[in-house]
Amino acid sequence: MPIEVLMPALSPTMTEGKLAKWVKKEGDEVKSGDVLAEIETDKATMEVEAVDEGRIGKILVAEGTENVAVNTPIAVILGEGESVTDAVSGSPTPAPKVAAEPVVKDSGAHAPATLPVGPASGPAAAPPASDEDKFFDKTVKKTVREALRDAMAEEMRRDPTVFLMGEEVAQYQGAYKVSQGLLQEFGADRVIDTPITEIGFAGLGVGAAFRGLRPIVEFMTFNFAMQAIDHIVNSAAKTLYMSGGQMGCPIVFRGPNGAAARVAAQHSQDFTPWYASVPGLKVVAPYSASDFKGLMKSAIRDPNPVIFLENEILYGQSFEVPESEDFIVPIGRAKIRRAGTDVTITAHSLMVSYALAAADLLEKEGISAEVIDLRTIRPLDTETIVNSVKKTNRLITVEEAWPTCGIGAELSALMMEQAFDYLDAPVIRVTGLDVPMPYAANLEKLVLPSPDRIAEAAKKACYRK
Amino acid sequence: MAASRRRPKAQTDSAPKQAASVEEMIKFYREMLLIRRFEEKAGQLYGMGLIGGFCHLYIGQEAVVVGIQAALKDNDDVITSYRDHGHMLACGMDPKGVMAELTGRRGGYSKGKGGSMHMFSREKNFYGGHGIVGAQVPLGTGLAFSHKYNKDDGLSAVYCGDGAINQGQVYESFNMAALWKLPVLYVIENNKYAMGTSQERASAGELHQRGAAYGIPGHQVNGMDVLEVREAADKWVEYIRSGNGPVILEMKTYRYRGHSMSDPAKYRTKEEVEKMRSESDPIDNLKRVLLEGAFVTEDQLKDIDREVKAVVTEAAEFAQQSPEPDPAELWTDVLVEA
Repeated sequence: MPIEVLMPALSPTMTEGKLAKWVKKEGDEVKSGDVLAEIETDKATMEVEAVDEGRIGKILVAEGTENVAVNTPIAVILGEGESVTDAVSGSPTPAPKVAAEPVVKDSGAHAPATLPVGPASGPAAAPPASDEDKFFDKTVKKTVREALRDAMAEEMRRDPTVFLMGEEVAQYQGAYKVSQGLLQEFGADRVIDTPITEIGFAGLGVGAAFRGLRPIVEFMTFNFAMQAIDHIVNSAAKTLYMSGGQMGCPIVFRGPNGAAARVAAQHSQDFTPWYASVPGLKVVAPYSASDFKGLMKSAIRDPNPVIFLENEILYGQSFEVPESEDFIVPIGRAKIRRAGTDVTITAHSLMVSYALAAADLLEKEGISAEVIDLRTIRPLDTETIVNSVKKTNRLITVEEAWPTCGIGAELSALMMEQAFDYLDAPVIRVTGLDVPMPYAANLEKLVLPSPDRIAEAAKKACYRK
Repeated sequence: MAASRRRPKAQTDSAPKQAASVEEMIKFYREMLLIRRFEEKAGQLYGMGLIGGFCHLYIGQEAVVVGIQAALKDNDDVITSYRDHGHMLACGMDPKGVMAELTGRRGGYSKGKGGSMHMFSREKNFYGGHGIVGAQVPLGTGLAFSHKYNKDDGLSAVYCGDGAINQGQVYESFNMAALWKLPVLYVIENNKYAMGTSQERASAGELHQRGAAYGIPGHQVNGMDVLEVREAADKWVEYIRSGNGPVILEMKTYRYRGHSMSDPAKYRTKEEVEKMRSESDPIDNLKRVLLEGAFVTEDQLKDIDREVKAVVTEAAEFAQQSPEPDPAELWTDVLVEA
């Protein structure tokens, strides 16, 4: 059957082009791969190759013709025993096109009247249920460091596919001693010292997770994870979607995040907003040792990539932790650390302690602050925050990160969308100042939020002097 | 079986080739031809606006993936970059599903959400399809790590181009793979051009020696000859499977088309391309071996051509008839619901 050759689109943006030159003429034999013609696009001159075998029966568009629309028939290729009249018995030509449908069929997906409602555009999402409170009848005092170690050890005992890798996690027992004792218990096959090679071992971990292992990848600090962020975002977070649900990535990326003390600009950055902006990731930033333990266990069991943001200053702090190994904290659930009626203060990680200290200061001035520990940043427990603001009508957000596009900016937008009518004062963000972290002790202190700054903001929101 | 094995005539004066049976040679011919015809059809559908965005064709390089695949077992993994259609077909993925992904339809391997550069098959152990140059190398090293962790005798074949080989993460991977003796075959598909930059302008030294500092054996192979590729792959896959750690094979190959569909390829001469096509084409050369040895008749090869063409035609029709994804598909597969 004669075959029509159509004017091809040679780039994603091309809609028409000039038929600059015919390399083959009528009567020429052609086979797959032969150059038929040259076409000028807006960008370049390109060659058009034959895909079918046969003889050029008729050239339909003369060389030199400008503005030939994509998918216009430009020639007819004839098979054995076919003649031009089979194809062109007059005009317009009745020959079938190379493929049946020159344009994408409209299945109704183009410009629908309303976008399908997704998880992000719905009303305040309810957090997952939790029975965590019932485990607090029997507790023991543990540091955050010990709680993390216990969580990893319990999960490694429970599931042989869980392993820990990172710099100094094994023989050195962890740069911050978080993995103390794990090498001794689980051996070098499951507690793996890596070279200093962040993008390499992050990518290696993701590849291992594609095949069903459950890696815990420790970054000595999240500052160094910037070397690896391509694998976190492009490989870990997106592959499930890009594979149409085939290829999950059950991996935990963990390590200290944010400012420590006097380590200056390159080692003192809070990356929470960076990771929280990425669909396909879960982001956790706990404060108390029990939350570190319960959320780490959830993170390891989660079938998705989880960014687990720790804090160097918190590692040595002690909290009551349930003794039971069944204690677990679900990802996606905030915790009201202190109930109050006049103003809501949200915070995560170390900043929760500052928010609680600010609430003490405010109490002395007769202001009752409700402190919400976000615990999980993505997915955010919007219901708990919105319900609190409906009660207090005021919101102060606290974070170490820079203000621009930070968690406070996100929460401010959330208030516009879901609690606008309940606000009695503008949302106020208390953040790290918009500068790289300075080294000098006094300057560093000025950059970070403090209980005083938080209390000051809360008073302002309450229109108090 | 042994009786049916015959030694094809060598095209070069290199060491004698490992005998490939006639059945194998015919299989290689069919597989290479399938990739060639599939890619030509993809180029055509692109020209008709049915395939969008980036589309990198594998035409010219078919012998590499077909020869390597012949040495792999079912439990072995394959991972590559964005020039991935050939690898998927060689892994045994359904041409209909691959083509429908190119057209962004519901019947595609990623339900239309991945496109040309992002396809996967758990069933066939094909792990993508990665669009960030070089990123597949640590990922593939991680696949190999999991084989070692599971002690399951599998290995991972990690493909990258002569462009990716200059990325730092490739060397981070080489180091860990050698340090931990991971079962990984690194295949450098050196088609001479990293987009528009020739190897001479981008790479110091010899590519197959890039693992030398880590003690990784590296060899150069004529990637335009499927029998040579398969022979090298057999030998070194065996070495890897015996627990010796990674190997690098540099395949000297060539792509006939531009880097992607919109590349006019002005950085090389027409004569250069024509010379490769006429003298070194992997399909024509195998055809010659088959015919000169009288292993097959012209008619038998014509039957294969027709058969392959029918498969590709069917794939192209499926890829146009399969509906576009349902808008609700937007929100699925972002996270695994626990």
